[in-house]
Amino acid sequence: MVRLAENKHYSENKATQSLPLPAKVYLPLIQHLGKICSPEVKVGDTVSLGQKIASITAHVYAPIHASISGKVVAVQDWPHPVLGRAKAVVIEGDGQDNTAAFHLKNQPEIDKLTAQDLRKIVLDAGIVGMGGASFPTHIKLNPPQPVDTLIINGAECEPYLTADARLMVEKTAEISLGIALVARCLGVQKIYIGIEENKPEAIKAFSGVAGIKVKVLPSDYPQGGEKQLIQKILGKEIPRGKLPFDIGVSVQNVATVYAIYEAVYKGKPLIERIVTVAGSCLQSPKNLLVRIGTPIKNLIEFCGPLKEPPAKIIIGGPMMGIAQYTDEVPIIKSSGGLLLMNKKEAKITEEDPCIRCAACVRGCPVGLMPCQINLASERLLWNLTKEYGASDCIECGICNYVCPSNRRLLQTIKRAKLEVVK
Amino acid sequence: MTNNLIVSGSPHIHKPASISRIMWTVVISLIPAGIAGVIIFGLDALWVTLVAVVAAVLTELIFGIWTKKKITVLDGSAVITGILLAFNLPSGVPLWLPIVGAVFSIAIGKQVFGGLGQNIFNPALVGRVFLMASWPKYMTTFTQPLRAAGYDAITSATPLDILKEGKVLEHISYLNLFLGKHGGCIGEVCILALLIGAALLLIKGYISWHIPVTYIFTTAVFTYIFGAAQIFHGDWLFHILSGGLILGAFFMATDYVATPLTAKGQLIFGLGCGLLTAVIRIWGGYPEGVSYAILMMNAATPFIDRYTKCRIYGSK
Repeated sequence: MVRLAENKHYSENKATQSLPLPAKVYLPLIQHLGKICSPEVKVGDTVSLGQKIASITAHVYAPIHASISGKVVAVQDWPHPVLGRAKAVVIEGDGQDNTAAFHLKNQPEIDKLTAQDLRKIVLDAGIVGMGGASFPTHIKLNPPQPVDTLIINGAECEPYLTADARLMVEKTAEISLGIALVARCLGVQKIYIGIEENKPEAIKAFSGVAGIKVKVLPSDYPQGGEKQLIQKILGKEIPRGKLPFDIGVSVQNVATVYAIYEAVYKGKPLIERIVTVAGSCLQSPKNLLVRIGTPIKNLIEFCGPLKEPPAKIIIGGPMMGIAQYTDEVPIIKSSGGLLLMNKKEAKITEEDPCIRCAACVRGCPVGLMPCQINLASERLLWNLTKEYGASDCIECGICNYVCPSNRRLLQTIKRAKLEVVK
Repeated sequence: MTNNLIVSGSPHIHKPASISRIMWTVVISLIPAGIAGVIIFGLDALWVTLVAVVAAVLTELIFGIWTKKKITVLDGSAVITGILLAFNLPSGVPLWLPIVGAVFSIAIGKQVFGGLGQNIFNPALVGRVFLMASWPKYMTTFTQPLRAAGYDAITSATPLDILKEGKVLEHISYLNLFLGKHGGCIGEVCILALLIGAALLLIKGYISWHIPVTYIFTTAVFTYIFGAAQIFHGDWLFHILSGGLILGAFFMATDYVATPLTAKGQLIFGLGCGLLTAVIRIWGGYPEGVSYAILMMNAATPFIDRYTKCRIYGSK
């Protein structure tokens, strides 16, 4: 664990603003962990707001919905923030934003819903883990063995990002209703929400909510990692190679829970999310409510004029986010941040030899020895990387961050992880 | 704009840390002991140190040019090797001796293994042991401190020599040992100055307490138990304050490259150093054992690393 310069003050007190509707949205057919969807619309079709446009018959997937109404103008390969390129449905907006189609439910109706009904709603709404992992939520709500504890992840430990923090402050009541739905679906009694101490407003907001225990977490990175969160809140570890449900725990991100609330209460699929736009190139960083599929250039334009042109654009946070090669790339369900870095910050530094200072060993939150895995990986000794536990790496990036020799430890460990699986 | 974007793997931020920042901080941390050496032994100490540093840096430069590798002279690591070698020499040695030692340290101790980060042994100690084996007379002729003897260079024995010869040491107080008013190598005598430098490195987090504390503690316990004719009567404080223990424990046994990675491994390393130092001092042929103890434990480091891996999250 390390303490990072948080840089959250740029945007943490800025209320969420809605980004004007984009002229076109680019909806990649895969925005989740699992199978890629097939388009259910074709070029020329008219689509309404929230209409399902892509799905697949599979177990692990989440359908995609039209985030604006209009006409399908293309189904083509398009830049993707995680995969580089992927097939996407392009919709040209008609400027209408008719939310009347969403079917509102009242409390008695909701009280009647069974766990199975809830999971069906979550699946039909295309909800995935919005903290970054984008694992389909309906599967997480159906653990293969019963769980007794629900942890809501409000840590948001990445520097710069304040999207979850704003959501927790602005939508406390809605998130609380969403938490109750998740708890009901899982049949759990013990509910915690973990929030880092650098978000006093969010901590205050949830302190009054009945049935939810607020756990104030140290502002260490990566406190929001599932393993670290469980360890801090419950004082126990997930055994190696196991998942939270193996120890009776389910972890859900606050933004995901809010999406569940919207799907159940408002009948609204996952078509928008909050994105923090920040970084040294911006004069005024913002938290924006953005339709899924909006190209990032729209967000950049809205936050302009810029102090200087960005040298590096990152979707996500500075520790785990992904550098983009074009500003045509769209925001997808898991994109919580957009960072514009200047030339100086983006400068690629030369790698020096490892001096075995062990800063990475001390920093690794899962107890690996990154420098050793790095050396083994560079020599293609995959069995040795396995022996050193490469597959336990959570890819938090601390090893690279602290290395005085600027070694690309994480990249070589990621490679080892892939090779070990083979 | 689209075409000029830099794409690289995560993470996208980096701690303000670099090899040269660490190395130059270590150089700064050695300055108090250097100043103390010059005050105690006179300007000879300064010349020996400067000559060793220049020789070390030039050797590093020549190797860099010869092997067409990145020139690493400015990272400060060769400067440290030069200083540490000089600190392990008596001030009265002829000036060719530090040159030979420094060239050997860098060339054989470091560059033949592949340069920075690759050496198995602490380079300065490799140089020192080489000089010790080749020119033992120069290496064991110590100058009397100035204040005690005036400006005439009178040779004197170190407190450990006197102890080894079985003589009584009544005339050296603990305070004088602490301040360095006795014969010895340039950089090892003034404990006060060494501790000031060590404090800087500890505060900066560039070294951890594990190796120095276990090293010194083990030496103290062992010399207390076996250091005198009668068991449990050894003068442990004398053993801590004399010889190169403090210099070795804080500045040489903590050399990143040749020491274990994990805290557990470092505790074992410190324990081994302490044990070997005490054994050599009490029963060995030399009055002092710090250099050999550290070198032997350097050799054991890969072995220690292999059996002291960290505990991985979620394992039993």
